[in-house]
Amino acid sequence: MVSQTWYLALAAFVFSCGLYAALTRRNAIAVLIGIELMLNAVNINLVTFWRYGSMAPMEQLSGQVFSLFVIAIAGAEAAVGLALIISVYRTRHTVNLDELDMLKG
Amino acid sequence: METTLDLSTLNLAVVLPELTLIVFAILVMAADVFATPKNPAPRQWTPWIALAGVVAAAIVNLSVSGREVTLFQGAAILDKFAVGLNYIILLATGLGILLSVKYIPRINKQVGEYYALTLLTATGMMMMGAALDLITLFLALEIFSLALYILSGLNRTSPRSTEAAIKYFLLGAFSSAFFAYGGALIYAGTGTTQYYGIAQVTAAGLANTPLLYAGIALLVAGFGFKVSLVPFHSWTPDVYQGAPTPVTAFMSVGTKAAAFAAFFRVMLVALPFSYGAWSMPLALLAVITMAVGNFAALQQRSLKRMLAYSSIAHAGYILTALAGGAAEGADAALFYLFTYAFMNIGAFAVVMALEEMGAEDAMQDRAKGLGKTHPIMAFLMAIFMFGLSGMPPLAGFYGKVLLFEAAVAGGMIWLAIAAVAFTAVGAVYYLRVIANMYFADPVDESADEVNRSLPLDVGLAIAVAGTILVGVFPGFWMNAFQQSMALFGG
Repeated sequence: MVSQTWYLALAAFVFSCGLYAALTRRNAIAVLIGIELMLNAVNINLVTFWRYGSMAPMEQLSGQVFSLFVIAIAGAEAAVGLALIISVYRTRHTVNLDELDMLKG
Repeated sequence: METTLDLSTLNLAVVLPELTLIVFAILVMAADVFATPKNPAPRQWTPWIALAGVVAAAIVNLSVSGREVTLFQGAAILDKFAVGLNYIILLATGLGILLSVKYIPRINKQVGEYYALTLLTATGMMMMGAALDLITLFLALEIFSLALYILSGLNRTSPRSTEAAIKYFLLGAFSSAFFAYGGALIYAGTGTTQYYGIAQVTAAGLANTPLLYAGIALLVAGFGFKVSLVPFHSWTPDVYQGAPTPVTAFMSVGTKAAAFAAFFRVMLVALPFSYGAWSMPLALLAVITMAVGNFAALQQRSLKRMLAYSSIAHAGYILTALAGGAAEGADAALFYLFTYAFMNIGAFAVVMALEEMGAEDAMQDRAKGLGKTHPIMAFLMAIFMFGLSGMPPLAGFYGKVLLFEAAVAGGMIWLAIAAVAFTAVGAVYYLRVIANMYFADPVDESADEVNRSLPLDVGLAIAVAGTILVGVFPGFWMNAFQQSMALFGG
């Protein structure tokens, strides 16, 4: 039996990796991957809290249901995000965020 | 383990206005399919189908109002607050569609998708106000956000529009990850995702406080992004400037209304017993938001960016009512957002008429001398600017009075005083536009054209009528939004 701490540590590690990628990478696709990692860390957290949380009986499935919705939304987000990345590449021939600087003032 | 699904609790009346919009979104897409190069007529009907959907949803909304019901075992609620928000969203959607009729075909031929996405965006926004569960809230937030990312990148050949979309998307998705993490931590701290359940657990003192407070902080960051509070505001001017102007007009009001409605409901219904922990941070956020928004707006050359920073400042004003923590704050915010819909969409409609083809923006210089060349446009813009600055007797004045009253009712007198001071700063840049229009000479005689069309004129007429009439007769509307929220145990 693996203890709750390990799962939470894993989730925190994955979330930090995602956060690091989203903040430091300049390639839009890499940022998107970082964000997806963050969402997956949320899922690990949700399922862990559902399984080990002392606040509510395990028969209440809120944690699992929440994580299912997060998975679905992460998928939709990836689809929309990649489409937008393609559309920006077509007009600018780059997906480097530092080079997208037309809008400022 | 036995789970039963009681169909009688699936009270679909609660989401009937949203369902109406979804049906019309499908009709729009269906009409679009039948358009061919030889017979483009069905495609030209799509704006009117969408507008019919907005009107139908408003009628349905009227028919379901006055009842207070929850559905899906407490996942959503239909109270006066949700109904009020529905009206505001439908108003913003309707005006947005009127602005789009002539504008959108110029930038993108796929107009059917545009109107379908607009209706689906509105659906998600309306669900934000009805959500009574963190899962519903997250879902509604993503429904409207994903559609808005696409709408702001609608002009696929424009480098500015696509850049706005990708910036909005990356920061939006980033913030929604924080939002989901916050929801997970609140679930961890209280064992439930339902607002009433969270309130019950915190009232009884059973919550795991560190987890709960961390969750609240992340949730506030997520909301802060959506309503553009400083320091989560950096996307706002870029997206407002780059997105097609009708989309900017619609989302500046719709996003703000939906996200603030959900923000008020989470804080006042689910977390009232943690008030001591979140009131002071929100008050400080409100102060820096008003400061940065107003002072940055002073320096903008682009009218769209100026309105973007002004919208940040307005988010600060609304937040003062939430920091007060009084239930009247929710009513004041609804009333304010209702008036804001008229004034802000009206102002963007004038900017849209002034902007040059392909530029998607109008500079401050463009307004110079407008009082001589286009007296009607200048007069309308002056009304909207006076309204946004909070000049009596226009609509913005009573909204601000109610907001600051709610801050005082919550014991935050210093915050109300700060807000009034920042309102005075804000008046400078609104009045400068008016001064430019009436006391400056036109800069460029050749750029004299104003893009007007019948739907735009109708939209402008509604906006100006609302700005003046709600200001002159505020009583009726204030009553309509009074004691709107169904509080925990209340």
